Amino acid sequence: MILEKQIALRQGMRDGVPIAMGYFAVAFSLGIAGRGAGMSALQGFVMSVLNHASAGEYAGITAMMALAPYWELALTTLITNARYLLMSCALSQRFAPETSLWHRIGVGFGVTDEIFGVTMARPGPVEPLYTYGAMAVSIPSWAAGTALGIVAGNILPARVVSALSVALYGMFLAIIIPPARKNRVVAALVGLGFLTSFGLGRLAAALSLGWLTGGTRVILLTLLLAGGAAALFPVAEGEEGRQ
Amino acid sequence: MSGNIWIYIGVMALVSLAVRVLPLTLIRGQIENRFIRSFLYYVPYVTLAVMTFPAIVEATQSPVAGALALAVGVILAFLGAGLFPVAVACCLVVFVAELFLCG
Repeated sequence: MILEKQIALRQGMRDGVPIAMGYFAVAFSLGIAGRGAGMSALQGFVMSVLNHASAGEYAGITAMMALAPYWELALTTLITNARYLLMSCALSQRFAPETSLWHRIGVGFGVTDEIFGVTMARPGPVEPLYTYGAMAVSIPSWAAGTALGIVAGNILPARVVSALSVALYGMFLAIIIPPARKNRVVAALVGLGFLTSFGLGRLAAALSLGWLTGGTRVILLTLLLAGGAAALFPVAEGEEGRQ
Repeated sequence: MSGNIWIYIGVMALVSLAVRVLPLTLIRGQIENRFIRSFLYYVPYVTLAVMTFPAIVEATQSPVAGALALAVGVILAFLGAGLFPVAVACCLVVFVAELFLCG
């Protein structure tokens, strides 16, 4: 049992490495923005440890720059991070029922697009230690990247930041393509997801729909596509576990 | 009320935590409804797909480099490569491609 937990922790840390690479690049640019809002490196570090949410933190920095009221920032954070609500619901179905409250809070705190992705990609019930391993490697990188971005805005060549920034997307591909190969509905969803995401993004730009941000598009398309697939192709009992 | 950066950070942290933790702590058992179960099963794939494209093409300095990374990533993942190899390969593709594209 102890050995199993060690293995899960170690695997989590291994899968946390590509996340950490991508995070560093994204957090670095976040730090550059934070510097503009007058944040100190410590403030950037604390903000990133507590929030670890790129769009949410960008929204926060924007609010700080505008000296927005606190309630407005609360609302923006709620909207930009609403997709985590969906992810947390999906995760709840993959937890062993006897999982303790503390593990639920611990794993829940770690929910980001990436950590959620790798946690769900593992077969069987969620192993909290696996998620903690991924968090232990990636969240410090996210926080350090933010702090460094604030202190040393233009130390990294743009080309390096550009290359690092695709690490996260490469990881997403490694999560969604193998199941798409085995399951036609998932394959169709991935294809449709690409297409509609592109289309809706273009539409938002063309009609300058400011409210249709990246985060909102994710929620909208997830509800629509996953909802449609669930209605047309309901999953057989017990099939969810073997992804 | 506005203006204190530490309070802004606290407000963000509280809302982020609530959004992440509440469903996990409130939904204890298996949901019986087949539609909701299926919906939640499909959620991760749709969410990650929507977030990957076109973002991967927009994240790089040159969209061509991003598109190449996408193609290489899809092929490697299709062949069964793991998270880390696919992620690193995508980074390398962008780095090398931009040596030529953004010289």
